[in-house]
Amino acid sequence: MSVLFDDYPRGQSAYDEMVGPDGVRSAQRTVADGLERLGLDEVRSRAEYLSSSYIDQGVTFDIGGEERPFPLDVVPRVMQADEFAHIEAGSKQRVLAMEAFLDDIYTEGRCFSEGVIPRHVVASSPHFHRVMAGITTANGVRVHVAGIDLIRGNDGVYRVLEDNVRSPSGVSYVMTNRRAINAALPEVASRHRIRPVENYPSELLKALRAAAPSGVSDPTVVVLTPGVYNSAYFEHAMLARMMGVELVEGRDLVAHGGHVSLRTTRGLRPVHVIYRRIDDEFLDPAVFRADSLLGCAGLLNAARAGNVTIANAVGNGVADDKLVYTYLPDLIRFYLGEDPILASVDTWRLEEAAAREEVLDRLAELVVKPVDGSGGKGIVIGPRASAEELERLRRQILKDARGWIAQPVVQLSTVPTMIDGKLRPRHVDLRPFVVNSGSDIFVLPGGLTRVALPEGELIVNSSQGGGSKDTWVLHDGRPTERRRTKQPTPRSVSVPLSEQVIDRVIRHQHEQQQQNQPGEASC
Amino acid sequence: MLSRIAESLFWIGRYLERAEDTGRIVEVHQHQLLDDPTVDHAQAARDLLLLMGRAVEEEEPDVLTYLCYDEKSPVSFVNAFGQAREAARRARETVSTEVWESINTTWLAIRGGRLQRMRPASMFKFVRERCAVISGLADNTMSHDEGWLFLTLGRSIERIDMTSRLLSTPSLARNSPRAWDHVLSGCGAHHAFVQRYGALASERDAAEFLILDRLFPRSLIYTLGSAVDALTQLGPGNQRIRPDDPAARLLGAARASLEFLPPDEILSELPEQMGKLQVVCSQTTQAVSVRYFEGSAAAEWVGGAW
Repeated sequence: MSVLFDDYPRGQSAYDEMVGPDGVRSAQRTVADGLERLGLDEVRSRAEYLSSSYIDQGVTFDIGGEERPFPLDVVPRVMQADEFAHIEAGSKQRVLAMEAFLDDIYTEGRCFSEGVIPRHVVASSPHFHRVMAGITTANGVRVHVAGIDLIRGNDGVYRVLEDNVRSPSGVSYVMTNRRAINAALPEVASRHRIRPVENYPSELLKALRAAAPSGVSDPTVVVLTPGVYNSAYFEHAMLARMMGVELVEGRDLVAHGGHVSLRTTRGLRPVHVIYRRIDDEFLDPAVFRADSLLGCAGLLNAARAGNVTIANAVGNGVADDKLVYTYLPDLIRFYLGEDPILASVDTWRLEEAAAREEVLDRLAELVVKPVDGSGGKGIVIGPRASAEELERLRRQILKDARGWIAQPVVQLSTVPTMIDGKLRPRHVDLRPFVVNSGSDIFVLPGGLTRVALPEGELIVNSSQGGGSKDTWVLHDGRPTERRRTKQPTPRSVSVPLSEQVIDRVIRHQHEQQQQNQPGEASC
Repeated sequence: MLSRIAESLFWIGRYLERAEDTGRIVEVHQHQLLDDPTVDHAQAARDLLLLMGRAVEEEEPDVLTYLCYDEKSPVSFVNAFGQAREAARRARETVSTEVWESINTTWLAIRGGRLQRMRPASMFKFVRERCAVISGLADNTMSHDEGWLFLTLGRSIERIDMTSRLLSTPSLARNSPRAWDHVLSGCGAHHAFVQRYGALASERDAAEFLILDRLFPRSLIYTLGSAVDALTQLGPGNQRIRPDDPAARLLGAARASLEFLPPDEILSELPEQMGKLQVVCSQTTQAVSVRYFEGSAAAEWVGGAW
């Protein structure tokens, strides 16, 4: 150990992914060595470079309408190939189960008749939209993009914290983080075989095109954003740019006669697939909130008529309802006939009387979350809450038991993070991104590692001022076969010839000419 | 291309050019004050602000604050940069990354009072060079498709408008012997002009050069030509009869009336001609937005049962 990790706290209560009780873990040795070789001052200056480059590029996240640079930490998080293979398989499995579940609840409802999940759990979800009953897409996919939030507990085991199958955000930072870290730490990055992340936009575009209404051979795909004031506007713009499609706002769209078009400088142009980053409730004022100015009236009609595909599908929120989450292991067994690959966090369903009673007794030691919250809003962490807050929570639970779940406080794992010029353990989670094209499921190697920057903070959300880390999934070591098809042609270079050389050339050519006498085959 | 994006690009072009030209105009103004001890500073400042479309009541307004530093002043170039940056943010997937980054870093470098710490001369140079970098990047990293044409159109229309204002400054400082020298430098045209006319040229020559030179990229004729070219490429091609485009008609007529101005009247009619040109610019903008941007008008949805 040297100066970088000298005073780094070890053997703490939380699992640290880089530094174990006996020092740097062997699998993380190369990264630690690379950083040590640079030395503390150099690592600090690289960290400064990172933040200034993000400010220049405008890599931002809006909080309350204010644009802030998205903090990127200089120390990457490293995952071994087999570690990620497990996450990859588990994420695919979950997405397949959620697809089957969503299809089922909006059509037959087998899961209710077979008693896997009570009908009222689904029917009472605020994200269950009856209007979606009977609307299916041409290729049957509803979850085009999913973000599965994972945390790593004290035992080093990855557990699913929640699923996001509405419009999970953050993938743009995975791509910008990689580029920025490669520029900031080339010496360290080049010593690893890191699986690339740059093909995400093409995988996404492939999946979106595959979801087009049947009969459309060259579909027009657009990204629909609520606009520049949305916290994830940077991401919407980046995805549109990298996919090479238009980024549109609701006012750019017109729905008429069951079709959706774009207002362009040359009149209206039909649209076939809308990758929307607007919540269900704001999507179509004719169906949902009549006061929404973000969406476009008539969108759902066009989807129902099968002329446009909305991705992700409307009504997906049921599958990432935190109460439905507790049934997911059962749903995986029911639909896929498999055991869940990824573990879940123990969860109490507060609408069950026995569970509620137990939770109300132990409020001060549990985490209680609203079932449809996102961005860490409304979460009450028992051990940190005041008596007043707990009392308010108790009343809320008694009033609306369906609206809450409870979980034990999970110690999120930590990763060394540059804080005030020193490496300090900070809690992280991981959001792998999954893209379903119907024929194939793609899991982006790694995903977004979010870091809670305040010491001891367990909520890592960006909307709570969190930062991020580049996440490296190492290649499994098998060399990729790459054949060179053609020898590169050397470039011709013009150099001034000294007179001597010219003389020699001229003499040589004279000799040649004399040998090639006329009539002697010069062709 | 989306109407809304086309409109953003048009305004990026306009605001960037406005920022640059405002700097040029203030610089010319300052030189003229230094050169001529007899000039009434207060009057000159008020005249200049009026020329830039801002009437002020103060006795001696601070030109640098109004036209440069003040982010809230609608005619300052910091404000123009802010507007350009906001428009670029809204069209971020259309402008190239290089252009966006360059606009963003410039805006970050000049906002929040940082310019006050620079000497005005370095500040003007900085602004001019940043604008040159941005427009060079736009020309070299964006496809010269519809989006770039709207950017170019915006830039050209703004340049016509601002150059016409710059050409009006000598008539404000009527007695200043070197007024035209400053205008030439303000247009970055001094070198080109001297090469063409020699060092003994007259005021009329300078006006003629800045209005009528076909090869100098900031002359009015050249810029009117670029604007008309952009409009022609945006409109439908291969038609037997010229397409009915009010914007192109306005610009074409303005170009003809300048081009065929009798040489002796160039100086005497200058203020009037320049005033007309400014009206043409605003009418053209109106015509372009009716034709290409109206599609971007917010959709009206009257909520309720139906």
